[in-house]
Amino acid sequence: MAILETKALAKRFGGIVAASDVTLTVEKGARHALIGPNGAGKTTVINLLTGVLKPTAGRIFLEGRDITALDPHQRVRLGMARTFQINQLFLDLTPLESIGLAVSERLGAGADWWRLIGSKAAVTEEIADIVERFRLGDVMYERTGILPYGKQRLLEIALAFACRPRVLLLDEPAAGVPEAERHELLATIAALPADVTVLLIEHDMDLVFSFADRISVLVNGTLFVEGTPADVARDPRVKAIYLGEELDA
Amino acid sequence: MLTILFDGIAYGMLLFVLACGLSVTLGLMNFINLAHGAFAMAGGYCTVVLVNRVGVPFWLGLPLAFVITALLGGLFERTLYVHVYARPHLDQVLFTIGLVFMSVAATDYVMGSSQQFVQIPEALQGQFNVFGIGMGRYRLLIIVICGVLTLALQLILSKTRFGSRLRAAVDDQRVARGLGINVGAVFGLTFAFGSGLAGLGGALGAEILGLDPTFPLKYMIYFLIVVTVGGTSSIIGPFLASILLGIGDVAGKYYVPTLGAFVIYAIMIAVLILRPQGLFARSASR
Amino acid sequence: MTQLAGDVASYLKCRARWSPLEIVFWIFAFASIWLFPQKHLILTETAILALFALSLDLIMGYAGIISLGQAAFFGLAGYFSGLVAKYGLINDPVLALICSGLVAAALGFVTSFLVLRGSDLTRLMVTLGVALMLGEIANRYSSLTGGADGLQGVTIAPIFGRFQFDIYGHTGYVYCLTVLFVCFLIARRIVYSPFGLSLRAVKGNALRSAAIAIPVNGRLVTIYTVSAFFAGIAGALLTQTTAFCSLDVLSLDRSADLLLVLIIGGTGYLYGGLIGAVIYKFMQDWIASLTPQYWQFWIGFMLVLIVLVGRERMAGWNEAVRAFLAQLLSRATARKPALGAATPDRH
Repeated sequence: MAILETKALAKRFGGIVAASDVTLTVEKGARHALIGPNGAGKTTVINLLTGVLKPTAGRIFLEGRDITALDPHQRVRLGMARTFQINQLFLDLTPLESIGLAVSERLGAGADWWRLIGSKAAVTEEIADIVERFRLGDVMYERTGILPYGKQRLLEIALAFACRPRVLLLDEPAAGVPEAERHELLATIAALPADVTVLLIEHDMDLVFSFADRISVLVNGTLFVEGTPADVARDPRVKAIYLGEELDA
Repeated sequence: MLTILFDGIAYGMLLFVLACGLSVTLGLMNFINLAHGAFAMAGGYCTVVLVNRVGVPFWLGLPLAFVITALLGGLFERTLYVHVYARPHLDQVLFTIGLVFMSVAATDYVMGSSQQFVQIPEALQGQFNVFGIGMGRYRLLIIVICGVLTLALQLILSKTRFGSRLRAAVDDQRVARGLGINVGAVFGLTFAFGSGLAGLGGALGAEILGLDPTFPLKYMIYFLIVVTVGGTSSIIGPFLASILLGIGDVAGKYYVPTLGAFVIYAIMIAVLILRPQGLFARSASR
Repeated sequence: MTQLAGDVASYLKCRARWSPLEIVFWIFAFASIWLFPQKHLILTETAILALFALSLDLIMGYAGIISLGQAAFFGLAGYFSGLVAKYGLINDPVLALICSGLVAAALGFVTSFLVLRGSDLTRLMVTLGVALMLGEIANRYSSLTGGADGLQGVTIAPIFGRFQFDIYGHTGYVYCLTVLFVCFLIARRIVYSPFGLSLRAVKGNALRSAAIAIPVNGRLVTIYTVSAFFAGIAGALLTQTTAFCSLDVLSLDRSADLLLVLIIGGTGYLYGGLIGAVIYKFMQDWIASLTPQYWQFWIGFMLVLIVLVGRERMAGWNEAVRAFLAQLLSRATARKPALGAATPDRH
């Protein structure tokens, strides 16, 4: 059953075609990776899926429901969350507060103006749970702006996770993470619950091939090849794109 | 009705000369100079002093207003403005509002708070009657001078080296610097020139707009409207916006006096909502 | 509840606790009724300015909306309260106060969509435009508003039928201070709530806020409306305590003074407007005694000076002073800084 689908999704900026005829199907529970050379339009696709950009053409379906016209925050409410390639965090808030915001919004308590923060047990319990899961316990009282990059990256994923999405879009989660902090990050991603569908954009091929059960290749804004990791790895056209030469010529 | 159109066009072109310096500095340096009206006021008062008290002929008083105000602008730019270029917009607004307050109070102190008039030569008083349209001679002069200035500006921008450097710097400062264009000098010269134009506009407009120490505050909103509606990436944009504004204001005050300037504010707000980059601007790449 | 959850809850809750510095502030504020009986008139003006500044702090310091147009709400409510008193439509001052606030809030709600879109520059101009527009309307309809002469013939009935406004401003001051305190309590509650935290999130990173399901526009509209309400209350207080309302309630001067107050006092921790108002009024009083006519020059000078010195540097001094005072007063516990602590203004 497809949990996330696009039909002929396209985005033009004036004369530039950032994405065209992107028809993607992500199965429920899948670990689906979207790869492609730089500038292929991967982040554009994520921005279209989440509503940050409005498509020039095409439709998007989440669990069978047409969400093409919805605002970003409405899509999150329906169960689709994302992380950003370049950290988008609340630098002046602590991880505790940031996660708390995501949780209380989800529980419908985000607009409460008369209630003091921290007074709802359901929220604080869930914050504690997420802090433990994402190994942020030792930095949860610090200002986000001063955290080491690896921890910030973990917080980035934690925030998306706090929305309890059914579909999680990860935009290059390992980007810029120092070698020493990578292991923690990769372990956390691998430990995501099986019922959460993950669409992953990544350049790190080790991560892609160890994590994904299905891969789509995006080149110049269009979907080029799609299949299991083994198929994609073998496909000569994919090799040509990445290595720039035909293998048998 | 055509007289109103004529008056409106004159008013509009005057507004354009006054406001185009603001438009260029905003587009060029992304700098909000709310004190622009103070330079206009300076030009007006200069002319008043020169023509009324020193006895300089009117025709000489106008270019002198330009030159003196341009020098003043250049001075202020190098000594004060240069420190706030990199600041956030709020700081720039506060800074220039501060300058406005200072200039208004200082002018009040030095020149008194009553309205001042420039002595216009005989030849410019009265009106021509052409095809039943009453054309004030002074207003005709304004249209001619401002029209010539507009053409000259457009030519400078499109045909000269300085113009192309300016346009490059407006488009993308960093790249322009990277190409070796002395952006600082371009800023300084442009700011001085824009202030000079404002001064000239103030001198020309003393008769029509009224010159008193509160001038910068009264007309600031008009300049802002020209810049908002016309956008900052061309000369034509603010030009058309000024004409629209001029005709709208004159016609509005004539036909619907109870609403008066209300109409223009409403237009500005409408434009800001619908097209934040101005009616006539290209889609902003910033 | 697990140990960690308990820790989290107590950490979050303790930050909303009243700090000793705050308590001292309010004790002193109310004590001033008896400490400075001669100064009630100027203290009333200070309280009104403080409330007005508080309203701007809510949107600027917490939600990140820069506005040059708070005077619109101030002036609208000012004229409204004057008119209902003059024509006997609403006689009870407190009721008139609340209604004026609601009228201002309505204007805030209607104009809030203007500040949702666009950059800081657009917001500045749009808010300025709205305020100037109202000023123009007030000028035009001088038959109603009194035009440049101001609204004449306003008489304010005694509060609750008992407390008559007097020329020494005693009733007026107690009234204003109480209203200020009540509004402050409401604002404080808002700021320490999940709603308030979401505002800070929106100010910090609107993109991320939307990505965690915060309805950014909805929150901004709400706080803008609330801020308009408070600004309106302040305006109505001015009319009620002076029995007069004139065009300068809608002027650029007022909005500019307000920004100055917040810069002096600092934004983002609720007391900035209050402290700034006190300092500003003292300065104004002192300078006005030196040069009554050219006061505007010195305001301008101060604005220029402050910008040249740098707002961030001043915010830094501000924080240092507050930290020092807080240290003096509190025991040496490892207290987390208050939630409402000033975060560096990224404007």
